[in-house]
Amino acid sequence: MTEKLLTVKNRAGIHARPAAIIAQTANKFACEVTLAREDTVVNAKSIMGVITMAAGYNTVLTLKTDGADEVECASAIEALFESRFEEE
Amino acid sequence: MADKKFTVLDLIDLNLPGHDALDLTCIAGRRGLPRAITVPEINRPGLAITGFFDAFAHDRVQLFGRGETAYINKLHDEKRDDTLRQLFSYKIPCCIFSSSRQPTQEFYELAEEACCPILSTPLDTSDFSKRLIRVFTNTFASTKTLHGVLVEVYGVGILLTGHSGVGKSETALELVERGHRLVADDIVEVRCVNGNTVLGRGANTLISHHMEIRGLGIINISKLYGVGAIRDQKEIQLVVRLEEWDQNKVYDRLGVDQQYMDILGVKVPAIDIPVRPGRNLPIIIEAAAMNERLKNMGYNSARDFNQNVLKWIENGVARNSLTDSDDSY
Repeated sequence: MTEKLLTVKNRAGIHARPAAIIAQTANKFACEVTLAREDTVVNAKSIMGVITMAAGYNTVLTLKTDGADEVECASAIEALFESRFEEE
Repeated sequence: MADKKFTVLDLIDLNLPGHDALDLTCIAGRRGLPRAITVPEINRPGLAITGFFDAFAHDRVQLFGRGETAYINKLHDEKRDDTLRQLFSYKIPCCIFSSSRQPTQEFYELAEEACCPILSTPLDTSDFSKRLIRVFTNTFASTKTLHGVLVEVYGVGILLTGHSGVGKSETALELVERGHRLVADDIVEVRCVNGNTVLGRGANTLISHHMEIRGLGIINISKLYGVGAIRDQKEIQLVVRLEEWDQNKVYDRLGVDQQYMDILGVKVPAIDIPVRPGRNLPIIIEAAAMNERLKNMGYNSARDFNQNVLKWIENGVARNSLTDSDDSY
């Protein structure tokens, strides 16, 4: 299991487009991917789930990946957060 | 809800309709309103105000009825308010007076001193306690979020679960198209009420009733199919686990043995349905829903079928033994 703390760095927060990018990226990997904001844990492979977190600017989320390709998956998603979902 | 504090102010702010309304107003001790209610129970402080403080459940909401209020008044008339002082030395979340009864001025002063909120309701004691217990069971119910789609099919609440991309949303969409209702897509917030019922609903009213369909994007079900196609919450009565067809797995072919899935400690009937191109899932789920209703009415197709088979075999044996005996003549 790989765990990472990620901060939302784009001003608009995780709205539909970033959520879609996250879900698409997560779906490329076979491992289980979850994102958590406080006590809400969602499946990162589902767009509606990721949007449900309503994560705004500077929110800290916990990413957990579990499975064969967990390390690659975690770094791919971390890279998305770092690049501000190519929005700004 | 379970992780956040439920304060006395939250209790007053609950704006419940009709027969659930608590109609609480704060009449003293406003500074204590942010106190958290940690034990969702009610205590009648009769014994405590008479001076017996052993096993006094001070962490519960204290409800003063006619008897307690009359006794407080009597204590003040006789200038024996030391037990009340002792009462407020405990950290009480709040005191509630029913039937709009008012305690004495001295009681107010003691409450202000102890920062203990005093609330009043026009309801009578027994009605109010019933309503408050109902509020507590709902508010303090254990909750969790599940990944799946909750639909209502022929009045049966069905939770579709399965891996991402197995076709949960597509199946739900076709069910909606066939006249059934969507409760929540993808994220289902479940609550256990009364210890044996699991209620499911969308995590957020703003975005529930939207679905994400691969290739189509996000669609609004209530706008597309009308208000008749959605529902806010529904008891989960059946779990349908969708999974990719696995050659090596043995799927239930009879349905005689019931499987269950544990949700917040409640055993909910569950079935595994393998997904394969060409299998019409919505129709299978409709059949599962009707079968579940039949079971609840006391008729189990599989068991009844097997009993008929057994009877038939028995009759056959009996008939054979008769014909055998006939032959002996």
